[in-house]
Amino acid sequence: MATLKDLRGDTPSWCPGCGHFSIMAGIQKAVVQLGYEPHEFAIISGIGCSGKVSEYVRTNGFHTIHGRSVPVAQGVKMGNPDLKVIASGGDGDGYGIGLGHFVHASRRNIDMSYIVMDNNIYGLTKGQTSPRSEHGFVTKTTKEGNKEYPVDPVSTSLANGATFVAQAFAGDIKQMVDIIERAIEHKGFSHVNIYSPCVTFNKVNTYDFYKERLTKIEKPFEDRDEALAKVRELSGLVTGVLYEEKRPDFQGKLGIEFDTQSCTNGEMDEDLFHKMEKQFQ
Amino acid sequence: MRESVEWMVGGQQGEGVDSTGELFAKTLVRYGYSVSTYKQFMSRIKGGHTNYKIKATEKQNYYSGDGIDILLCLDKETLPKNEQSLNQGAVVIQEGKEILVEAGQASTGVSYTTFTLPLKKIATDLGNPLAKNMIALGISAGLVELPVEILNGFIEEIFGKKGEEVINSNKQAVLKGVELTKEHVPNQIKPLSVVPVSNQLFISGNEATAFGSLMAGCRYLSAYPITPASEVMEWLSDELPKVGGTVMQVEDEIAGICFAIGASYSGTRAMTSTSGPGLSLKTEALGMAGMSEVPIVIVNSQRGGPSTGLPTKHEQSDLQQMIYGTHGEIPRIVLYAATIEDAFYIAAEAFNLADQYQCPVIVGLDLGLSMNKMTVPTFDSKRVKIDRGKLITDEEAKDFNETHFKRYRLTEDGISPRPLPGMPHAVHTTSSNEHDESGYISEDQTNRINMMRKRLEKVRDAMIQEPFKYDDNGGESEIVLVGMGSTYGMIQETIKQLNEEGVINASHIHIQQLYPLPIDKLQPLIDGKRVVTVENNYNGQLLQLLRQHAPIHNNSEAITQYDGDPFTVSTIAKQVKELISWQR
Ligand SMILES: Cc1ncc(C[n+]2csc(CCOP(=O)(O)OP(=O)(O)O)c2C)c(N)n1
Ligand code: SF4
Repeated sequence: MATLKDLRGDTPSWCPGCGHFSIMAGIQKAVVQLGYEPHEFAIISGIGCSGKVSEYVRTNGFHTIHGRSVPVAQGVKMGNPDLKVIASGGDGDGYGIGLGHFVHASRRNIDMSYIVMDNNIYGLTKGQTSPRSEHGFVTKTTKEGNKEYPVDPVSTSLANGATFVAQAFAGDIKQMVDIIERAIEHKGFSHVNIYSPCVTFNKVNTYDFYKERLTKIEKPFEDRDEALAKVRELSGLVTGVLYEEKRPDFQGKLGIEFDTQSCTNGEMDEDLFHKMEKQFQ
Repeated sequence: MRESVEWMVGGQQGEGVDSTGELFAKTLVRYGYSVSTYKQFMSRIKGGHTNYKIKATEKQNYYSGDGIDILLCLDKETLPKNEQSLNQGAVVIQEGKEILVEAGQASTGVSYTTFTLPLKKIATDLGNPLAKNMIALGISAGLVELPVEILNGFIEEIFGKKGEEVINSNKQAVLKGVELTKEHVPNQIKPLSVVPVSNQLFISGNEATAFGSLMAGCRYLSAYPITPASEVMEWLSDELPKVGGTVMQVEDEIAGICFAIGASYSGTRAMTSTSGPGLSLKTEALGMAGMSEVPIVIVNSQRGGPSTGLPTKHEQSDLQQMIYGTHGEIPRIVLYAATIEDAFYIAAEAFNLADQYQCPVIVGLDLGLSMNKMTVPTFDSKRVKIDRGKLITDEEAKDFNETHFKRYRLTEDGISPRPLPGMPHAVHTTSSNEHDESGYISEDQTNRINMMRKRLEKVRDAMIQEPFKYDDNGGESEIVLVGMGSTYGMIQETIKQLNEEGVINASHIHIQQLYPLPIDKLQPLIDGKRVVTVENNYNGQLLQLLRQHAPIHNNSEAITQYDGDPFTVSTIAKQVKELISWQR
């Protein structure tokens, strides 16, 4: 049985107090508590302070490029359906540059989890506005206040068919670990948005800000519309599993007997060659 | 008896020009001829002039030809657009009110015969107005005395599901065509000689590439549709699921390459296919594959650029993009098949190289190669053996005895043993950031230098089986023509023609490995010669590449064409002659 120590990777370089620490710990704890071994997982991360999580959690990790953790992660699962796959990154990574992939992953329903560390700001590039920043939010690139309105992540995945949608808060590790565990065990695309305060650059969306405002949803809504309505009513300031649905995942629907790993050194398959050649004769 | 025939059908898009052309081509193939084809088409579905050109020869040929012996006009534009290509004595078949055989003369001076007839009415009288193209095919077959049994065989294949009546009316149409030929234009054209039938495949460059990939063990392709690359994914969509693999049409080209990188990282031989606009989108992820040392094969079938450019036209203008595209410096290998036959082997080798060198391999194609079919001797399934490079098993990983496996171990040849995620003794980190041997981020300068050297030196010696084709054309030559991709057949024929005319003897180099360029092998073949590249782009990108590697600046030129059409032998020959006279 793996212990938390087995899941310790490189030494984190995050600012002390950064919400990302708790999320890293949450992933480690979930893997251990579910009884998995580090080698069974692949964590595919994007770029940002958050993206470093694939190096800090000791499982297989792929630190990819900005905004592309989700397509790479889906490919990893297609390449080896036996792996447990987690994609992770920041709100800029996932809802800015990578938003398109997130929407498509929601509707595609490949069996993987997507954990977003949402700090409503760009951390690694030192504090610019993010697609999750509130209207009016002042940053180096929105000196007069943000004129846009934020992306609504959970409503996006809900509206686009994700089969597991949840939200958590880095300040509530117990609930977060429970949610991550359920997301990992969910068969299909599970989206977990986690509020993760950036203590260095975001002086608005702090731990206290969330503590005062978040409402816990005790059990998932029966249908998407109810979940969407509640999220809207509470301006997205909710935590808990909002929606969960049992539906065959993408690979199951393909109905293919996957045989992707058996390519070994040697001659081409002669029988297969002659079979294929016929259609061109 | 004639040993070759050049045939063309032209008409409006959506009128069955393609299917008519393909049927005649296949008939010639079954008769034992070697056939090359070229399809002209536009970026719209209905309307607009399109044509399908065929050259059939007794011996293997790689070019669909400059001329036309039989021109089948399904619209009014076909004749004026192609009259200048008619060969002496050609027959033009066209729709008209009544049967009429007339003599014509083209602006080029050649005389030809027009055979006008009410195709639609004759077909209607036979009870199937849709069979008018079959009558025209019957006439074509009749002119060169092809046995109708071959056409009938195809008719049974094509219309099998539609029932006896449809089959019979189409067969009748073909027979009618043959009769009409005998009656009105007998002996107009010499019949084709009989040749022994050999084991040939009639296949396009896209299909050969997809076939080679599948045979090399590729089991995953993710891509976004784009002309002229779509058939690669379409063909594999049919075939991969049968062997446990998948094709995914994903949301865009960035996803296309990222999914494939993910699948390759987790152990599957994976690829993506695209054309120029897609390659542009893929370049950041291409850099990721280079930096993180994940094998990946990217097929890039070039079309007319830049931007949306000429989406259905031929060009070879992505050379620099394929060799240099992406920021920073990465290891990569760039291949470019000379012929459809080579496309099969190049695709298969690409997967080996990607695994052996743990880097992206770009397989270049162009519209001319990709979308046109040609007969090729059937492929040799033993020529390329699958080699997965330094991929290791869990047992082997265990011997390293590391808690965190060093994915980027520094080795003599710069290539690190590569485990796969999921192996109990090989938990490891893969990264697009500069990293140390363990895969963890590192900005240490000594490490940086070591890692840059590791990555960039490892591909230096990469070499495919046939990095270029060379033909000295049986003698001493002052001039060497250098090409890439689908110009192979045209250059070959140009040289033959110039030789026959006694103008000059030229040697021919056709490069199949663009990066790393096999310059040590090329150097002796170009030393002291006048180097003339033949390429479909404005800037002479191939010439620039050669000039970068060899001191040929004072003795080299490029013959270029970038109007969307492929070269003809006559244009290349004319330009070579001009170059020679200019030197004198
Ligand atoms: C293509 C590209 N554009 C821009 C960047 C620069 N960049 C790095 S991280 C980042 C945003 C980080 O914000 P977020 O995703 O919210 O993660 P955080 O650092 O807050 O955890 C940006 C813009 C990049 N690496 N790549
Ligand atoms: S800048 Fe913000 S997000 Fe980045 S490590 Fe520091 S606190 Fe965390």
